[in-house]
Amino acid sequence: MTEKLFAIPATLKDIPTHYCPGCHHGIIHRLVAEAIQELGVQDKAIGVAPVGCSVLCYDYFNIDMQEAAHGRAPAVATGIKRVHPEAVVFTYQGDGDLASIGCAEIVHAAARSEKITTIFVNNAIYGMTGGQMAPTSLVGQVTTTSPYGRKEDSCGKPIQMSEMLSTLHGPKFIARVAVNNPANMAKAKAAIKKAFEINVKGEGFALVEVLSTCPTNWGMSPVEAVSWLEKNMLPYFPLGIFKSEEVAK
Amino acid sequence: MAEKILMKGNEAIGEAAVVAGCRHYFGYPITPQSELIEYMAKRLPQVDGVFLQAESEVSAINMVYGAAGAGARVMTSSSSPGFSLKQEGISYIAGAELPCVLVNVQRGGPGLGSIQPGQADYFQATKGGGHGDYHNIVIAPNSVQELVDMTILSFDLADQYRNPVVLLADGAIGQMMEPVEFREVTAKNIEKPWASTGLHGRSETNVINSLFLKPDECEKHNKHLQEKYAVIEKNEVRYESIHVEDADLVLVAYGITSRIVFSAMEKARKEGMKVGLIRPISLWPFPYKPIEDASAHAKAFLTVEMSAGQMVEDVRLAVGRTKPVYFYGRTGGMIPNSAEIYDQIVTIMQAKGGK
Repeated sequence: MTEKLFAIPATLKDIPTHYCPGCHHGIIHRLVAEAIQELGVQDKAIGVAPVGCSVLCYDYFNIDMQEAAHGRAPAVATGIKRVHPEAVVFTYQGDGDLASIGCAEIVHAAARSEKITTIFVNNAIYGMTGGQMAPTSLVGQVTTTSPYGRKEDSCGKPIQMSEMLSTLHGPKFIARVAVNNPANMAKAKAAIKKAFEINVKGEGFALVEVLSTCPTNWGMSPVEAVSWLEKNMLPYFPLGIFKSEEVAK
Repeated sequence: MAEKILMKGNEAIGEAAVVAGCRHYFGYPITPQSELIEYMAKRLPQVDGVFLQAESEVSAINMVYGAAGAGARVMTSSSSPGFSLKQEGISYIAGAELPCVLVNVQRGGPGLGSIQPGQADYFQATKGGGHGDYHNIVIAPNSVQELVDMTILSFDLADQYRNPVVLLADGAIGQMMEPVEFREVTAKNIEKPWASTGLHGRSETNVINSLFLKPDECEKHNKHLQEKYAVIEKNEVRYESIHVEDADLVLVAYGITSRIVFSAMEKARKEGMKVGLIRPISLWPFPYKPIEDASAHAKAFLTVEMSAGQMVEDVRLAVGRTKPVYFYGRTGGMIPNSAEIYDQIVTIMQAKGGK
């Protein structure tokens, strides 16, 4: 008798995704799906998809979903959660969506400590529209709208959302993780699961920022992209838990 | 029969929403609708409802999207500048076919405009407002009692057609006090098997969405929407017609303006002038047919609005080139008085050899 040790969680649909080779969205989708599966809340989970590369994530999660306008996922999630307080409501958003056009929505959802989970995928670029400068693009980073590199004197420095949101009283848990190696994947999984546990317990707002590569728009191979992330993103976007009950103690 | 009570228009909308079974409201303060958001803040907790003051009109309309998509009867309200901010969300709501009631207590525009009553958001409300091919159902009450009855109607229409309904009021009806009664209403329990509620044993996921990446699928969705709008146009035209049968001059006005026009019409009738009034109640679908029918015998039309001339375009579409359609409007928050409208009537009647 053989035992099945590894399978696609029931919270993910067994279909190919549209993500580029080397993109981390697939890994992050899986970690989110595993967390929901392990907590046994697939039946009462409702997700909100963003506008960006993960716009079609409603096709991949085997979960009731709503597709939000660009940046508005936290507001949409608020509406859902206030109708179904028992539901496990989460948003899945990219950096353009959350840190630029949807800055007001995420700040106020966090300030209200809306009882939702936000998965914030930061790859320092606009992926879906073809590699434009994001609010998280690094100083000097070349993108299609910063062809000479992001200039600090005209564009400022990238926004560190986890640090910024941690200054609010509302959030119960804020962490930044990466999925660049197996050890970090395990930490990412733990943080995502923690964020969903807080959700299930109805304790308040939780956000996990996940650093991700974008080999296509960074113009690199998947392997080079991981090195670039480690060399350039990790120093400016340090990993760690920025806010949690444990940290407060 | 229920007891009549004196109520401010904005508050009457709020109570009517509660009567209609609305338990979720998301809004942002703006004059001259603030009594409505304040009423909901006080009233909804008393009936175990949810009141939430959003960080912006943009967020409020997206909270409405989420709540409507989750199956709730939900409402938001605003006034002209704030209603403009909701247009992105309304387009998504129309595309995803989410039922909800959206109140616009109009004020003078454009821009920040004034805080006095206006009717210059007619184009925005009836012709789309946001991007893409869509229609809101637009209902325009002209009294506090109608605010009550039509708020309740709006929730039913929204659910029946899975479509946003705009209750297009103005600062005058919103602010004025009149006696109203709340008739017994049995809240219709409409099944929403499409709502995203969590699977709860369902095998197919429910996805609330307006994205169709493949253009043929997007066109198919558009055809479906247009078919729905055709049904609404057939079934939901509402208007009031007074003294139109023998009228030489037919006045056309909606909302608070229709009441001022009514006074002018009465005076003209007393003076022996054959003047009638058609009052569109549904601005979309627009009552083209009754206006077209009236053009068979009427010699002229006069549209009166608190705008520089918006609904008049629909009146002209209905009448065609056979009869003249005149326009009289005040803008920026100025309310026309019945004497100035009466003068317009006299001028037109003399030119047309009436009386």
